Amino acid sequence: MSKNYNVIGQSKPKIDGPEKVTGGAKYTGDLKFPNMLHGKILTSPHAHARIISIDTSEAEKLPGVKAVITHKDVPTLKYGLSPARWDENIFCSEKTRFVGDKVAAVACLDEETCYKALKLIKVEYEVLPAVLDFLTAMDEGQPQVHEEYAKNINTEIHQEFGDCAKAFAEAYHVRTDTFIGQRTYQCPIEPHSAISMWDGGKLTIYSSTQSPHYFQHYIAREFGMDIGDVRVLKTFVGGGFGGKLEPTGLEFAGVVLAKLTSRPVRMFYDRAEMFAHNRGRHAQQMEITTGVDKDGKILVAHANFKMDGGAYTSLGIASAYYAGALLPMTYEFDNFKFDMFRVYTNLPACGAQRGHGAPQPKYAFESHLDNVAKDLGIDPMDIRIRNARRADTVTPNDFKINSCHMKECLERARIISGWDEKKKNKVPGRGIGVSTGSFVTGAGYPIYRTDMPHASAFIRVNEDGTAATLYTGSVDIGQGSDTVMCQMAAEAMGYRYEQMKIVASDTETTPLDFGAYASRQTYMSGTAVKLAGEEVKKQILDMASFMLSVPPEDLDCEDGIIFSKSREDKSVSFQEVARKHFVLRGPLLGKGVYTPPKLGGTFKGAAVGTSPAYSFGAQIGEVQIDAETGEISVLGIWDVHDCGKVINPRLLHGQVHGALFMGMGESVWEEVLFDDKGKIINPELANYKMLTAMDMPPIESEVIDSYEPTGPWGAKEVGEGSTNPTLGMFSNAIFDAMGVRVNSLPLTYEKVWRALKEKREREEAGEGA
Amino acid sequence: MSNVITDKDGVKRYLITLHVNGDEHTILVKGNTTLTNALRDQLDLTGTKRGCELGDCGSCTVLFDGRPINSCMKLAVEAEGHDIVTIEGVAANGELDAIQQSMINHAAVQCGYCTPGMVLSAKALLTRNPHPTEPEVREAIAGNLCRCTGYVHIVEAVLAASRGDLIPDDAKHTMAGGAK
Repeated sequence: MSKNYNVIGQSKPKIDGPEKVTGGAKYTGDLKFPNMLHGKILTSPHAHARIISIDTSEAEKLPGVKAVITHKDVPTLKYGLSPARWDENIFCSEKTRFVGDKVAAVACLDEETCYKALKLIKVEYEVLPAVLDFLTAMDEGQPQVHEEYAKNINTEIHQEFGDCAKAFAEAYHVRTDTFIGQRTYQCPIEPHSAISMWDGGKLTIYSSTQSPHYFQHYIAREFGMDIGDVRVLKTFVGGGFGGKLEPTGLEFAGVVLAKLTSRPVRMFYDRAEMFAHNRGRHAQQMEITTGVDKDGKILVAHANFKMDGGAYTSLGIASAYYAGALLPMTYEFDNFKFDMFRVYTNLPACGAQRGHGAPQPKYAFESHLDNVAKDLGIDPMDIRIRNARRADTVTPNDFKINSCHMKECLERARIISGWDEKKKNKVPGRGIGVSTGSFVTGAGYPIYRTDMPHASAFIRVNEDGTAATLYTGSVDIGQGSDTVMCQMAAEAMGYRYEQMKIVASDTETTPLDFGAYASRQTYMSGTAVKLAGEEVKKQILDMASFMLSVPPEDLDCEDGIIFSKSREDKSVSFQEVARKHFVLRGPLLGKGVYTPPKLGGTFKGAAVGTSPAYSFGAQIGEVQIDAETGEISVLGIWDVHDCGKVINPRLLHGQVHGALFMGMGESVWEEVLFDDKGKIINPELANYKMLTAMDMPPIESEVIDSYEPTGPWGAKEVGEGSTNPTLGMFSNAIFDAMGVRVNSLPLTYEKVWRALKEKREREEAGEGA
Repeated sequence: MSNVITDKDGVKRYLITLHVNGDEHTILVKGNTTLTNALRDQLDLTGTKRGCELGDCGSCTVLFDGRPINSCMKLAVEAEGHDIVTIEGVAANGELDAIQQSMINHAAVQCGYCTPGMVLSAKALLTRNPHPTEPEVREAIAGNLCRCTGYVHIVEAVLAASRGDLIPDDAKHTMAGGAK
């Protein structure tokens, strides 16, 4: 583990830094093509309505309008991200299912004409009663969102591992708590956009996407095309966080508009339309029951959840399974029961948001665990250390854990936060809370069924050896994967990072990779890149062996220099050897491919949550509560992570900071709010309350020295795992400060104020009696 | 005042001259054309980003007579006669500004969509207050929303630029060669 590396493990500056700081970086919405049109989508103003008629004639007459399309002009094949529930159409034909559901689209000479044309499309609706409350969506007499899904049940899960009834019967203490999580939205700063264009039978789409491959797959499927005739490429992407994982109306409608007009069509969502498209975090109700022994050792847990899916499935089946699957990660117990209903409502669809499915259940479980600790008179830190998962264990739901430093993360966080001191000397109104998290390092199985490898890459060394280009399908959406991949390629080749170039995320020029989701790229794409680099290195050493008359086993290559391990006088530059290779043997290429091993159990839903490796982390936060107003001031946050070998420390800590920032927003401030007709009332960043630089507390982020035996150089996940503890950490810090628990997210000042008021009233009533 | 032309549909167009990054551009705009759209669509200065078009996110920040403003909240016709600097005008002759270099060195850039606005707000701050405190930095960039970084490295980068020490301590050994 103490081996010195030349390129990895160092905070190399981002490869795209200069383009991004000078305004040179082009995002999809910045691109223009000759003869390009602009497109917009008309959406439903009603949460649930029957479409009686659509009249596009006035819109078609408006000068500058080049095409108007409705359900009559597009394929009727249903699509979605989860193959088990394809339930969405490009345009609604019979009824609309949420405010924002797609009804028609226009392509015009300019954007302003698009907005005018949309107003001229006359849609006659019969407004239907809507399902807006997910807690009553399954009740008798509720309207049906989709006729084919009785009682509005989208996904139903019942899993049991071990013998829960026996464990509950034997437990010293059993407790049940119920919590509510709110709907949040990813809010990437770059709005979605897409540019579609046809060249004969070939389709090209520039898109702000997290996965060109999935887009390519689903678009080819929708339009009955060969995969090879669909090219999807991303430019720079201004953040995704799960919100840009699936094709939207911008791609589907844009493809048709471009075909009809034989012109490139650029489509985009404005901020309110992004909120309406949504696919953010599900709201959910989480009932947790655990049985523990008298020392607080968890014997059994039962998670009984219900989640608001919105009008369509999106990736929500996976979200529903993840909600339970990742609960037994950070603590060891053998008996686990998970019941879940994901229901349809007439609200925007929910999907995968950073930490996919896990952060809210974690909030519930970690809040509940503190309640249990209080019941037993155990310190919240001690109960966690007592239950902390160890390396080389298997969860009750059959996930194999290799590296795991859960206990060390907790112990280190305890020290750097001053936990013991702060617990001993309580300051009135001040509280400190701890929570844990864990996340997959890439999903063990692809989103749609295929035997294709999950990642592949190749490297081409320039003919004169002065540069090498990495071709990868991995997707840099800001997290820095282009940089990290180039570091890993250079390390494996024995080359210099500064001479690396990269071509990424273009289905025509780069090899298959599933893209940026489930925290998979550093590990999975990175493994493919490492193999590609090693293949280059093998060839370069072989060529150098010929040039230096030294056996290849005696040669190594580091930092662009090939040298003999036994003789100091024998060395030659990578550049010179690469040039000679091209002259004598042709292009110097290396390729690599990654397929995960077969993972997981055989029960229904066993695939969700499988991963070749898991990250672990602990977070501690300290808050000060103003008893008069309920205002929460965050005094500090400490995060300690086990993410395996760190490839680029600054980028890694940047991921922790960002994940914490999102989690912090979700904990206290952020929520997508609806009126009583199902319309979003705060589809703006200011009213959604995204945090500013002035709201952020001091953050300390540390990593534990860790090595994942299956990962490239020992690396594993970081980008999403740090969101998982945050909500529970805030809940517990506020609990510690006030002595009362707020049982629903976000933990707003108002809710805190109310909880304090009720506590005072209870105490006064108690004194009076 | 600008020349006004009325088109065949009765819509007024204004012939205006914008001073952007030291260049003079004479363009025809509508009364409702925002400065953001004039810069992006007509001058191809796409470093000025559209994030919300409501004045919330700050992605469209430009310097307007040296002050940072949301260009989506300013009409193009109002910009005539004012000195405008966009992100493309910050690095003079390819030489990065200290803030830009510091942002790269500190990994203060993730997706990069907020970065142009962030750089310009920081630039305006350091111009009027070369040695700001951390709260002053946070206040100066509070109108620029970032979803990626939690602002941690951005604040570090701006403070480092104000000190003229552009390389973070933890990266000094790796950046000595390439970066300043």
